[in-house]
Amino acid sequence: MRERPVRVLLAKPGLDGHDRGAKVVASALRDAGMEVIYTGLHQTPEMIVEAALQEDVDVVSVSILSGAHMTLIPRLRELMNAAGLTDVPLVGGGIIPDEDADTLRSIRGIAEIFGPGTDTRDIVPYIRNLVSPQN
Amino acid sequence: MHDEYLENFRAGDPLAASRLMSIVERGGPPAQGVLDAVYPLTGAAHRIAVTGGTGAGKSTLIDAFVARFRGAGERVGVVAEDPTSPLCGGAILGDRIRMQSAVGDPGVFVRSIASRGGDTGFSTVAVDLADVLDAFGCGIVLLETTGVGQNEHRVRHAADSVVVVLTPEAGDDVQGLKAGILEIADVIAVNKRDRPGAEAFAADLADTLSMREPADGWSARVVTTCATRGDGIGDVFAAIAAHENYLRADGRRAKRRAEGLYERVRAIALARAAAALQHDAGATHRIVEAVRAIESGALTPWRAAATVVEALWHDGDNTSNTDHEVIG
Repeated sequence: MRERPVRVLLAKPGLDGHDRGAKVVASALRDAGMEVIYTGLHQTPEMIVEAALQEDVDVVSVSILSGAHMTLIPRLRELMNAAGLTDVPLVGGGIIPDEDADTLRSIRGIAEIFGPGTDTRDIVPYIRNLVSPQN
Repeated sequence: MHDEYLENFRAGDPLAASRLMSIVERGGPPAQGVLDAVYPLTGAAHRIAVTGGTGAGKSTLIDAFVARFRGAGERVGVVAEDPTSPLCGGAILGDRIRMQSAVGDPGVFVRSIASRGGDTGFSTVAVDLADVLDAFGCGIVLLETTGVGQNEHRVRHAADSVVVVLTPEAGDDVQGLKAGILEIADVIAVNKRDRPGAEAFAADLADTLSMREPADGWSARVVTTCATRGDGIGDVFAAIAAHENYLRADGRRAKRRAEGLYERVRAIALARAAAALQHDAGATHRIVEAVRAIESGALTPWRAAATVVEALWHDGDNTSNTDHEVIG
């Protein structure tokens, strides 16, 4: 048996067109030996769930800079659950105020919210630990 | 767990298909179990490999193919392979970015994989995943790979039809690769035809091809496309359809598949033999013994290696190892 590398879906839901942050995170995860499936800009929650389901990823992550995080992230979690992906954690990042982040974190299945200025050196071990807590 | 997935898989559940693919990717006895169960359901799909260099436009072309095949009522599966970084073992799999026309359509299943250490860009696991999609009921399975390297024939053996995607500026590179590319291609798409030199390049390719004896009655067709605008897609599609018709006649498809199977079995056997040599404790012990025998003057390295290999055959079936070694 072989270990499969950690597989992460990285998506940009909604209408904002800035994916530099997402690309920085994608590169950091790649450099840490993970397989990052990047779906690009302007994805609906439905599109993201479909990709997560077909790719059987270990984590779904989204980057949102548009301010629509309180709508998009819970909606995505709901759709993931409805699709049977209850065991796949969801992680968010972007311009998300602390109070919103706290509210989102309190939703079951939303593992973490990374705000502005988060160091990729914090994101990488977090994701790794999320997927295999023993290590 | 696997049984439940298999049951749901047969009932058409995409989540079960996806999870079974992951089991296949991880290898070992569970993968073997899944593949044994799934293989008898395969064979109906027409498999099309789409291969070519990075940035040639493979994903964009595949997106257009998917739309066409969907229009014809086929369920479509895609296995898209991107290279793994040899430095960190990670990969960014971005093929889905260009495959947006199929989004939201339950008749399309796209799976991205990393080549995971194969420098030739085509791993056995890609073929195994194609099997799962075939068994899932996809009438068309598209295999996207950058596998134009020294082992082009592996791509050929994995597919019924091979579409090679080139760009006009590939001209000089192609001189070096020409023999291999022309040998595996059933259809050549010169993409980005809006760029200068495309028509001349396509004409030159067609000219080169016309000097070759067609293999078994088929010579590769050259078409030009501009995938992002959708230009020429109908021509590629017609060329693929013509090749499919050609295969239907005189048992050609069966013959081609038998050749592919021969290569596949050989590759699996090679991978297993290599894995047995590398990981089997008995083999390691014998090599250590052999070294001593060489030191004492009883054996030469060649005789010693022969005894190690000989012993592998007599070790019995303790190597139920289905690690997916990359071929080549």
